[in-house]
Amino acid sequence: MLDLEIKESVDSIIKSRGAEQSSVISILQDIQTQYRYLPEEALDYLSTQLDISSSKIYGIATFYEFFSLEPKGKYIIKICDGTACHVRKSIPILNALRKELDLKEGQNTTDDLLFTVETVSCLGACGLAPVLTINDKVYGSMTPDSTVEVLNQLREENKDEN
Amino acid sequence: MKTMIIDNRKVEFDKEKNVLEVVRKAGIDLPTFCYYSELSIYGACRMCIVEDDRGKIFTSCSTIPRDGMKIYTQTPKLRKYRKVILELLLANHDRDCTSCNITGRCDLQKLSRRFGIDNIRFGEMKEKLPIDDSSHAIVRNPNKCIHCGDCVRVCEEVQGVGALSFTHRGSNLKVSPAFDRNITDVNCVDCGQCRTACPTGAITVKDNRDQFWEAVQNKDKRVVAQIAPAVRVALGERFGLPPGEVTIGKIVSALKMVGVDEVYDTAFAADMTVVEESNEFVERLSNGENLPLFTSCCPGWVKFAENKYPQLMENISSCKSPQQMFGAVVKEYYKEEDNKNNTETIMVSVMPCTAKKAEAAREEFEVNGIRDVDIVITTQELARIIKEAGIVFEELEDESFDMPFGMASGSGVIFGATGGVSEAVVTRLLREKPNHTTKDVIFKSVRGMEDVKEAIFNLDDREVKVAIVHGLKDADELVKKVLSGEKSYDFVEVMACKGGCVAGGGQPAPININMRKERAKGLYKIDRTSFIKSSENNPLVNQIFDELLKDKKELIHVHKKNLQKVES
Repeated sequence: MLDLEIKESVDSIIKSRGAEQSSVISILQDIQTQYRYLPEEALDYLSTQLDISSSKIYGIATFYEFFSLEPKGKYIIKICDGTACHVRKSIPILNALRKELDLKEGQNTTDDLLFTVETVSCLGACGLAPVLTINDKVYGSMTPDSTVEVLNQLREENKDEN
Repeated sequence: MKTMIIDNRKVEFDKEKNVLEVVRKAGIDLPTFCYYSELSIYGACRMCIVEDDRGKIFTSCSTIPRDGMKIYTQTPKLRKYRKVILELLLANHDRDCTSCNITGRCDLQKLSRRFGIDNIRFGEMKEKLPIDDSSHAIVRNPNKCIHCGDCVRVCEEVQGVGALSFTHRGSNLKVSPAFDRNITDVNCVDCGQCRTACPTGAITVKDNRDQFWEAVQNKDKRVVAQIAPAVRVALGERFGLPPGEVTIGKIVSALKMVGVDEVYDTAFAADMTVVEESNEFVERLSNGENLPLFTSCCPGWVKFAENKYPQLMENISSCKSPQQMFGAVVKEYYKEEDNKNNTETIMVSVMPCTAKKAEAAREEFEVNGIRDVDIVITTQELARIIKEAGIVFEELEDESFDMPFGMASGSGVIFGATGGVSEAVVTRLLREKPNHTTKDVIFKSVRGMEDVKEAIFNLDDREVKVAIVHGLKDADELVKKVLSGEKSYDFVEVMACKGGCVAGGGQPAPININMRKERAKGLYKIDRTSFIKSSENNPLVNQIFDELLKDKKELIHVHKKNLQKVES
């Protein structure tokens, strides 16, 4: 059964974007912003509202790297692995992060749903290489150590909030 | 008239949509996997490439023909490219041809032979994906998929269902239902049109031949077969006969030869449906309830409505489809005798349709533990049964149906073409009117292959509006208009497949518009030459209603409250 809360929030997103088939990507983006992923029930419901088949929406959701069908963490860390960042050693940062967060192979999000680690092909900030973003805040000229430091800061902040 | 030069020959063209059509008109069979004239152009398979006089290579299917164009269809470059394309397709393709359901009819196999691919340089790298055989109607083997997208486009563009789509990206690209669910867990309606379009064995009809053989070879079982109208005008194609050629006599004798005890005509049950559904219609017209009445003979349509328009369930006729009616009647007919002698009657139906397999398996089609229909085989499975038995079909002597359920009116037979159900119902409703009135309605508006047809006639001073639609996408649009009040009808006939049952998912494929027309013509030809034109004049149908079904009408009705909606 469809969760009433999901139905209501999808309805309000559709209302703000307009119930047009051409708005499907913006609507999916909004759903992902709200839930940090795309819940299956939300997509099935969206399919009935926009008269687009579920399979097509699933096709869109699996085509774009941005969309996720699994819940993502509160902090999404995107490590740039474009050419400039790569040669300035972005992979050691990635490895340090994954080790610090104890992520197993194929796992990108921590079990407590706090952090998600992803690589991107270029953030367009090669002058700051190696660069990463955490929830759209840019961190330039990073090293494995400085990254772990930022990570610890975020953990602290999060502890305070709770 | 415009002209272009194809392989140094001057070719005239006029309204052809693309270069490929012009080339084919010029008598050159350019290979394709993803091109169907009735679907949108996809340009994915790259087999139809041609070269122009400047050495540029392009796909002919997606290029508009221009006056004075100069192209070549056979050059060293093209030959090399086509071979590489095939090799790459084969690199990712399951190569178990001998055990493949469609071996011998596979386009990939045919083109590989044609282009002489006798060595595939690339090893099989791709991880094997699971086969989805959850459905009663079709089996999906993604390992045989070549990503031509034919199934995706048929399902979306013709059927408006969209059960399958391209999902994931790059080398992980595949054709799958939403969320990689099983096909039974999405909005698939079992129509099987995807399999008629599939050039390989990636989507095939669920094979029930083993159950069939088991039944006919068991001497304790009485095997009773019913043959749907559309089967008789298509089966011959598998034996080299043209579409529309009526082979019913040979089909009956073939079934007898393989061990079926009694062979009957589903058109007999179609006659019953006409009588029963017309009564229902007249009743609804007089009390004004639940109009328009939608037909219930097509299980693809019924399932589509359940999925998308559950609010229409009361409008769909409560009559069982002819297949299920037939099963219920035959089981009732033999009930006493079977109980007395401790025997069992097995109802086998031969259908042009994959959705009929799913229909027969539905929960509600069982009375006291006895299923209406036990085994459903499609036209193409019957062709294989005949071949397996070594019967030389072409040389068979004709045999006639058995009695009492082997006699049908012309009205019952034309059920297999779009408009047939409406024609039969109109004929019955107007039975007291002069013949030319009926003929006028029918020939002006009911027959033909238009997407939506409308017929209006007067019955007891009331204007009756009938709509006929085939192909679920068009049906969907019509239903939307009915629900919004834009259109108002009293009776709506829906056939899930374009052209009706003659182009069903279990028929020999591929199916194009001409084949649909020829097969429909075959049915109308039977109608013209039948002794009984109208369903209510079938004396045996009346006898069944008066005797066997006296006080037992519920046997041929289905109660919609039992129908379950599939979560899509």
